[in-house]
Amino acid sequence: MSEKKFSKKHEWVSLDGDVATVGITKHATEMLGDIVFVEVPDAGKAVEKEGQAAVVESTKAASDVYSPISGEITEGNKAIADDPGSVNTDPEGTSWFFKLKIKDKGEYDSLMSKEEYDKFCKENPS
Amino acid sequence: MEVQKTALYNYHKNLGAKFVPFAGYEMPIQYKDGIVKEHISTRTHAGFFDVSHMGQFFLEGDETLIESLEKIIPADLKNLKINHSKYSFLLNNEGGIIDDLIITRTEKGFCIILNAACKENDIKQISQFLKKHHKHLLNNDLSLIALQGPKSVEILEKLISGVANLKFMTGNNFEYEGENLYVTRSGYTGEDGFEISISNTKVEKLIDYLISNEVKPIGLGARDTLRLEAGLCLYGHDLNEKINPVEANLKWAIAKKRKEVGGFNGWEKIKNLLANGSEKIRVGIKPDGKVIARENTKIFSPDNNEIGFVTSGTFGPSVNAPVAMGYVKSEFSEVGTSIQLEVRGKKYGGKISELPFYKKSYVK
Repeated sequence: MSEKKFSKKHEWVSLDGDVATVGITKHATEMLGDIVFVEVPDAGKAVEKEGQAAVVESTKAASDVYSPISGEITEGNKAIADDPGSVNTDPEGTSWFFKLKIKDKGEYDSLMSKEEYDKFCKENPS
Repeated sequence: MEVQKTALYNYHKNLGAKFVPFAGYEMPIQYKDGIVKEHISTRTHAGFFDVSHMGQFFLEGDETLIESLEKIIPADLKNLKINHSKYSFLLNNEGGIIDDLIITRTEKGFCIILNAACKENDIKQISQFLKKHHKHLLNNDLSLIALQGPKSVEILEKLISGVANLKFMTGNNFEYEGENLYVTRSGYTGEDGFEISISNTKVEKLIDYLISNEVKPIGLGARDTLRLEAGLCLYGHDLNEKINPVEANLKWAIAKKRKEVGGFNGWEKIKNLLANGSEKIRVGIKPDGKVIARENTKIFSPDNNEIGFVTSGTFGPSVNAPVAMGYVKSEFSEVGTSIQLEVRGKKYGGKISELPFYKKSYVK
C-alpha cells in the first residue's frame, strides 16, 4: 500500500496497484461532528475526479464526499453505512468509504502529501 | 446590524464553544463534547443552555392589559393565575402564527418569552393593542438560562431552596446572591427542568455552580435534536406567519373558552378550521432506514403524488434513529401511514409517527 495522499476537499487516498482506497480525513470528521448517516457508491459506478461519489451526514448537515481521483468503483464500505459513528472513531483506517480502479496515476501523484495537507488545513481554518 | 452577544459570550468561549450566527447573535452551536454527547448528557444527567438571546418582555397594567393581549394571544389570560405559564402564540388577522411564546402571569402583569429572531417585530405587533398607560419593557439586563434534565431539580434545589416545589409551567421569585431571580419549571427539551431569569451580573456565578455539579453546557445543535425528539416546534421552520395553530396541530394551545367566544386575531378562520379540519397538518415522520429527511424534503404518497414537505429533520440520539416533522395533506396524517421521502433525488420509505418521539418526564 502506498503512502496516503490528500485532497483540498478533505479526502484521503491510498493506492494498491491500480486500486485506490478513499476516505475522509480526521480533520474532516472533526469539522463535521457526530456522523449519523453515510451513503457509499455501488460497485460499477464510474466517478470523475472531484465528482460526487458518497454522502456523509452529521447531526448538523449533509455533505457530499468527492472522489479525488477518476475511476470505476469496485466496492463501497457497507460497514460504515451500517455504523456511521465508526467514521468518527477511525476515519483514516477501517472506516474508508470506497475503493475504485483508477485510470490515471498522475491524478494520485498530483494530490497533497500529509505534510502539505496539514499545512493546507492550518492555512484554511473552517 | 451589529452581531450581538449574550453576557456569557466569553464564558462560552472559554468552555470551547463553536459559535454560529443565530437570530442576530453569536451563539454556541456546540462545545467540545459535540451534539450527541451533549444531547445524551441532558437526557441522563443535566445540561444548561444560554437562551439569553430570547426576549424577556415584561408588561404592566390593569385589567385592560388582559383585554389588549387577548386580542393577539388566544390563551385564557383572564383565568391565568399569578406565577402560572402557558404556551401560546401571537396571531395575525389570518390566524397565522407571528411567533410562539410562553406567557407567565406576574404580580403586576405578564412576562412573555419571545423568540430571538422575532422579538422586535413581536413587540411592534403587541404594541398595536396596548393602551397608553400599559407599561412594557424588553429587559436586556437579564440573562435566561435553561437547566434541563433529570438531575436539574436536585442540583438547583441545593442552590435555591424551594424550586423543587414548583410544578410544571409554574414559577416564582427566589433570592440568590442578594438579588431577586425568577425561576419557572419549564423548558423545551422534553425533560424536567427550569428556566432561570437572572441578572447579567450574576449569571456567571450561577453557571460556575452548575458546572461544579457536572452540568454540561449545551449548544443550539443539541437543543434542536432534543426539542425535535420531544415533538416541539421551532419557529421559522415548523411554524411561520402562513401557518395557523390548527394546521400546526397546536389547537390544544388555544384556550377552550377562547375557541368558543373568540375575540382574537384570525378567530373566524380558526373557528372554521376547528369545525371542518385543515387541508394540511403537522405530523411526526420516521424514515424507515438511516436516511435523514431534512427541512424541505418533499413527501410523496406510496403512489408518487406529492403530499407535503419536511420542516425539521435530524438524527435523534435518544431515539437512535432519524426523526422529522413536516406538513402533509390531512388525509395522510394518520399515525402509521406509509409515505415516501425524496432525499437527493431518491425516494426512501417512511411512516407518519406519533409525537413526541421521545417520552417526556415533566413533573405535574
